[in-house]
Amino acid sequence: MRVLKLSKKDENKLYDVLIKFGEVWAPVPKGSRYVFDKIEKKEDLIMYNEFIRTILPIKKFLMPQELNILNFKPSKYEKPKVDIPTRVIVGVPPCEIHALNILDKFYTTDFVDNYYMERREKVIIIGKSSLPDEYLFSHKTNTSIVEEGYDLFFIDLGDYYLVWVGSEKGDDIVRLGSDIFSEDVPVDVAKDFVAYREKRRKAFTKDIDLEGVTDLMELMYDADFWDEFGEKCLSCGQCTMVCPTCTCFNVIDEIELNKDEGHRRRYWDSCMFKDYSLVAGQHNFRESRAERLKLWYTHKLKAFIGHFGSPSCVGCGRCIITCPVDINVETVVEKLKG
Amino acid sequence: MKYEYKKGPELYTPIMMRIISKRDLTPDVRFFQIVPKEEFKHLDLDYKPGQFMMLSLFGSGEAPFSISSSPTRKGIFEFAIRKTGKITNKIFELKDGDQLGLRGPFGNGFPIEKMLGKDIVIVAGGLGAAPLRSLLLYILDNRELFGRLIYLYGAKNPQEMLYRPDFFEMLESDQLELYLTVDKGNEGFEDKIEEGMVTHLFKYVNDIDPKNTIACVCGPPVMYKFVVNEILKYNLEKHNILVNLERRMKCGTGKCGHCIIDYRYTCIDGPVFTYWDVIHMRELI
Repeated sequence: MRVLKLSKKDENKLYDVLIKFGEVWAPVPKGSRYVFDKIEKKEDLIMYNEFIRTILPIKKFLMPQELNILNFKPSKYEKPKVDIPTRVIVGVPPCEIHALNILDKFYTTDFVDNYYMERREKVIIIGKSSLPDEYLFSHKTNTSIVEEGYDLFFIDLGDYYLVWVGSEKGDDIVRLGSDIFSEDVPVDVAKDFVAYREKRRKAFTKDIDLEGVTDLMELMYDADFWDEFGEKCLSCGQCTMVCPTCTCFNVIDEIELNKDEGHRRRYWDSCMFKDYSLVAGQHNFRESRAERLKLWYTHKLKAFIGHFGSPSCVGCGRCIITCPVDINVETVVEKLKG
Repeated sequence: MKYEYKKGPELYTPIMMRIISKRDLTPDVRFFQIVPKEEFKHLDLDYKPGQFMMLSLFGSGEAPFSISSSPTRKGIFEFAIRKTGKITNKIFELKDGDQLGLRGPFGNGFPIEKMLGKDIVIVAGGLGAAPLRSLLLYILDNRELFGRLIYLYGAKNPQEMLYRPDFFEMLESDQLELYLTVDKGNEGFEDKIEEGMVTHLFKYVNDIDPKNTIACVCGPPVMYKFVVNEILKYNLEKHNILVNLERRMKCGTGKCGHCIIDYRYTCIDGPVFTYWDVIHMRELI
């Protein structure tokens, strides 16, 4: 793989290169948190040194919270023609790139979801390594280091960034920005790199032991703690909204006021909602909150392995800081481990 | 980059169909025959017994329905639809000639290749006779390709029995061994319909060769456990017992998530599962 160098004194020129490829999106502060937002001025593009956990993960670019999938009339259904802008997303952490790889697999297995693909091909991923905060546990989910799924990937080594080129698009970017991306990467850079990796590895503090949880999900399926969590759970669905690998959607038809046309829209759905498994005739396959919690954790920690060979939790820590009643991967694994 | 942005067919855009006839099967189940609005579309729409289609109704939305017709009788698609919710209420208002959208077929359907040459035991409960009719007609239309055909059907009462006149006619046929039962109230039909749960009909199922028999079950959720237990008494292998499941579905392509049971999506891994597939799934019923 190609590795180049970007000197920090040239960092302010990065925006001018990226903007030639599409809209530039990056984390910006919102209240006490961050969101991925469109960057209009080059000075607003900040490569944060610390780990930035945006409120919503990058899945919002690939399957928007609300998506018009069909326009219809009484005698015709038609896919709307939309112009999807190319977006360069800067500062994507490794765990989120792993999530993106999971989404890629999910949306192309068995059937290809064109709505996803049309957006996926318009996204350029500029990844960024950073030191973990106290909630990140991607070292426990094998998602702290990324090998594929990005176009460019930045590692901050003090005066400069090492820049990995992960795709043809990434290569196009460094070629166009050849005045700031240097091919002069001497071998002694490796020392700094190893030192950084070691420092980062030691900086992970969140200790969630996922060893054996797949079997424990099975063995502890009828444990009392599920009911205790079910009592507490607010069914608010925030855990699923912020989870970078949650993909469920609902589909709703909406009629325009003229009553002659309408739209079929996809909305993010949550398996925490009561009507998630409700079928006609009012039979609900998951009536209780405990049952719905079990579904989510079965899916995250066990079931996904059956489909794709690895669990679908990437250790981003969003459920830990988001759930208002402290039901999250950490507290569930704690209970599973007794 | 390992990843290619290959798009697939447009799976979510329905084609337009029109209703050519309908009749009531029970007080709340209506039988619809529909054909593509543009006749040439017939050719694109092949399917297998046990698959389902997504039907769209202008302004009401979309829902999955089992196909009740057999691919051996091409051109016309048949559905037995129970009036039970927002969309089906609207579907019941449709008149002949009215249009609705259709996409599919989805799901795996029955594994016909595996069933060829085998004795087939079909057990239907209530509305389960709708998807199983597709299989029944398929076997009857290809009768020489299968061994014995045993069909057990249980309903709440004779009025709730789908396709009752058809079944009464088949009672006379030597093409299948058919037994009918209702939970109660068989007055007036004593010679044709027994009284008791569907499991009670297994007394007629004899001389089963467990190595050469495949059982197919579809009915209300509570039925599966009891029926499967009866079938297991004949020493059938668990992967030769097929169950047809129902779940909430919004896509048909394994993406919307609603139909998941453990790690299996009812819409792509099912709706026909082997009993072995689902034996350890706690949320089966």
